[in-house]
Amino acid sequence: MSAFVEIRDAVKTFGDPARGGVLALDGVSLDVGRGDVVVIIGPSGSGKSTLLRSVNLLERLDSGSIRIGDDLVTARGADLRRIREDAGMVFQAFNLFAHLTVLENVALAPHLVRHVPKAEARQRAASLLERVGLADKLDRRPRQLSGGQQQRAAIARALAMDPKVMLFDEPTSALDPEMIKEVLDVMTALAEEGMTMLVVSHEMGFARAAADHVVFMDQGRIVEQGSPARVFGEPVEERTRDFLRHIL
Amino acid sequence: MNASARPPSGASTLASRIPWWLAALVGFGVLAVAGALADDGYRVIFGAVASGFGVTLTVALVSYAFSLALGLLLGMLRVSTFRPAMEAATFYVELVRGLPMLVILYYVAFVGAPALAGILNSLLAPFIARGVIEPFQGRSFDFATRAVLALTLGYAAFISEIFRAGIESVDKGQIEAAHALGFSGAQTMVRVVLPQAVRNVLPALANEFVAIIKDSALVSVLGVQDITQLGKVYAASTFKFFETYNVVAFLYLCMTVSLSLLVRVLERRLKGEVAR
Repeated sequence: MSAFVEIRDAVKTFGDPARGGVLALDGVSLDVGRGDVVVIIGPSGSGKSTLLRSVNLLERLDSGSIRIGDDLVTARGADLRRIREDAGMVFQAFNLFAHLTVLENVALAPHLVRHVPKAEARQRAASLLERVGLADKLDRRPRQLSGGQQQRAAIARALAMDPKVMLFDEPTSALDPEMIKEVLDVMTALAEEGMTMLVVSHEMGFARAAADHVVFMDQGRIVEQGSPARVFGEPVEERTRDFLRHIL
Repeated sequence: MNASARPPSGASTLASRIPWWLAALVGFGVLAVAGALADDGYRVIFGAVASGFGVTLTVALVSYAFSLALGLLLGMLRVSTFRPAMEAATFYVELVRGLPMLVILYYVAFVGAPALAGILNSLLAPFIARGVIEPFQGRSFDFATRAVLALTLGYAAFISEIFRAGIESVDKGQIEAAHALGFSGAQTMVRVVLPQAVRNVLPALANEFVAIIKDSALVSVLGVQDITQLGKVYAASTFKFFETYNVVAFLYLCMTVSLSLLVRVLERRLKGEVAR
């Protein structure tokens, strides 16, 4: 497997470690092949979200490197805009633009960042929203939608930039149980289409069905990784077993 | 409509719904108009003072428009990550907010205007030397202009604080989402943060307009012919202080109370939209 996303020795500290700062990433290396779906699990504070957010530079590493395709994300003076175009991000809290309609949310970035003509951007946005099952909600405001619908719209918004890799930061953690499935269905479909995905999530069903690779993180390090069947079925490390006992 | 605002008993339904303060204000207003129509004396006073209505409104509107623009700029600078800009804006805002409006007015009128003339003269020296434009003097700026300048400088500081609060009220997730989509800092500010920030502070901004109408009365100390100044002159020459200031107060209340009511409606509507 040739690595499409390549993370090497990522280190990130929040605050001053000498004075109670937190070492969020303690030398993490991870390869994600093109078209692979990697699910990262681990207790809160294990650094999994920080790792994800480092890939599109919402966090800056203290040291180490991240590469997406041929772009060295962590290079000094890297083209921030291009990297963020390449990596689509889906947040736990959806973060749809509250003052815009669903359609405008999806059409804005291609128009503003890629200079796609407005009419064309709106047309594409409409077809993306149809794909995630929101064809009848185009003119609604985010607050008029359910959480599941908002998250599906957020996925469409990220897809509108034709990203090469999609980052999901606990996409279903803020959702009511009955809405989790509709979001996971969209993500599963995306995985089947061959999208490269890096997913922080505790949805074991999704990980089993869609993931090529599962990574367990704790205290800023990767403790164990492997196929979903291996990590969930025969975890080697005591900490992994402990964690899985708690969430299963 | 609103099930939670149930009156204590069925009989008092209507009585408890009426905003009595407003009813009283409107009642006094109607009485005042009726009295004025019946009384020739009031009609004369009204005629003498009402011509200042336009000046008051113009001074307030123009100052407000400029202070909105300057306040927005200052507000954005105050949240800027560029430290010198933030420090400079904060210095200005804290300085001006610490001064009485009347002092700002005197300062701008009698210190600022001559200084401004001097600055303009040195900037435009080549043109003045060739006789293209006349050199500026302190009196090149009439007192209405100085008054507008003073109100603008003062209110920009207050309004910048409102904009700053509005900008800071926007959820950080909105900014992260914009960054994650590749928006530049300016695009994030203009397309994502400001539209939401302005919405959040619209009632507060509208209240500043009511405040600027009231503070515009201060320009009368410069002799600008606004409602207050005309009232002052009329009362001094006729000794009809009671009647004249009744009319002056009435005119201000017409503007401020109606605007305050509009702000209430606006507030309620915005709240309703958020709840929906």
